[in-house]
Amino acid sequence: MNIVIINYGAGNIQSIMFAIERLGYKAVLSNNPDEIKSADKVIFPGVGEASYAMNRLKESGLDTLIPTLTQPVLGICLGMQLMCNSSEEGNTKGLRIFDVDVVKFSSKVKVPQMGWNTIYNLKSDLFKGIAEKEYMYLVHSFYATICKETIATTEYEVEYSSALENGNFYGTQFHPEKSGDVGEKILGNFLEL
Amino acid sequence: MLTKRIIPCLDIKNGRTVKGVNFVDLRDAGDPVELAKIYSDEGADELVFLDISATEERRRTLVDLVRKVASTINIPFTVGGGISAVEDVEVLLQNGADKVSINSSAVKNPQLINDLANKFGSQCVVVAIDAKQIDGEWMVHLVGGKVPTEIRLFDWAVEVEQRGAGEILFTSMNNDGTKSGFANEALARLSELVNIPIIASGGAGNIQHFVDTFVDGKSDAALAASVFHFKEIEIKTLKQELKNNNIEVRL
Repeated sequence: MNIVIINYGAGNIQSIMFAIERLGYKAVLSNNPDEIKSADKVIFPGVGEASYAMNRLKESGLDTLIPTLTQPVLGICLGMQLMCNSSEEGNTKGLRIFDVDVVKFSSKVKVPQMGWNTIYNLKSDLFKGIAEKEYMYLVHSFYATICKETIATTEYEVEYSSALENGNFYGTQFHPEKSGDVGEKILGNFLEL
Repeated sequence: MLTKRIIPCLDIKNGRTVKGVNFVDLRDAGDPVELAKIYSDEGADELVFLDISATEERRRTLVDLVRKVASTINIPFTVGGGISAVEDVEVLLQNGADKVSINSSAVKNPQLINDLANKFGSQCVVVAIDAKQIDGEWMVHLVGGKVPTEIRLFDWAVEVEQRGAGEILFTSMNNDGTKSGFANEALARLSELVNIPIIASGGAGNIQHFVDTFVDGKSDAALAASVFHFKEIEIKTLKQELKNNNIEVRL
């Protein structure tokens, strides 16, 4: 299987590479449009600030490429947020793959949310064999609200989308590569879609 | 609900764990990677590696270690010790570390916090603060608590949050090594003062101490070393007991 992790200078990609290796696959890092288009699976990672990351995507033309992909694509953390309509972080437009906006947690809770929280109301093949209310590792200050594409819910101050799905596009707010054996199983489910 | 986190800390020197570790089933008690795997399997929520080696070769050794740990475990881990520049952090993150912890270098050059937060995001910047209560006043100390400064703990905590720290790791030098419990009064005050997670460190001796720091100290996470290394407290038992005390943990 040909797995490509989109490389646009977004933070810690090595842990995703290692997690994929533990699952018995190998991934390549690429920003080459042809390589991305011809992959069997595409992972769109992201750590950092939304408007900065969006500008990086625009500079390389990846912002127009990603929404046209037809194979399974998984956005992780900021990757997922960038696939939404917009983000309050740096007031940036997103890739408009998921029809939902990304907003900030209020100061009634500690921001960022950092640590392990449960996912529930699971609705996708991505969660095949995963029980309700398993703990996932999350680090984020902004969240996607609940929408018709929500396939997993988490509560922190409010209930929000901890995973989204629209056609061949998937997104997880949590880090499957850092969420123990259960997270690794979710990543494995994606690779086996 | 977001859980409270339990974080074992491993002191590393030249790529090996320093403190004697009482794990009979361990092939190599000094191997941080093997130890990391055990803690991860036992239910640790995160790990912290603190590099205390002083040689020039250490960066290379540390980077190798970070790669090995990242390829082995599937929970987040933080690397600290001797980090003083953006480039130090870049190489650690590229090799699989999730967060870095800075301490003295942040006091000497506070701009480093801004630079790291801007470049890599606040989520990977942990500012460690060692403080000692002197005449009723909590004062920041450097070099593992040996060198006093004129900086007040609570002022510094507010500043590091404003500069972009994603988390504060607070070690009370009054409590560290005493096994008499965490500095919960100061921790609770920190937790109310800033709006980023606070990791309690220094003083863990028994399970009740962890309960107390989560309830009275309002801590978001608790870090300890020797009670875990010497198996005085097993992580599984600890987390079960926390759950029995209605504290949300990942089991």
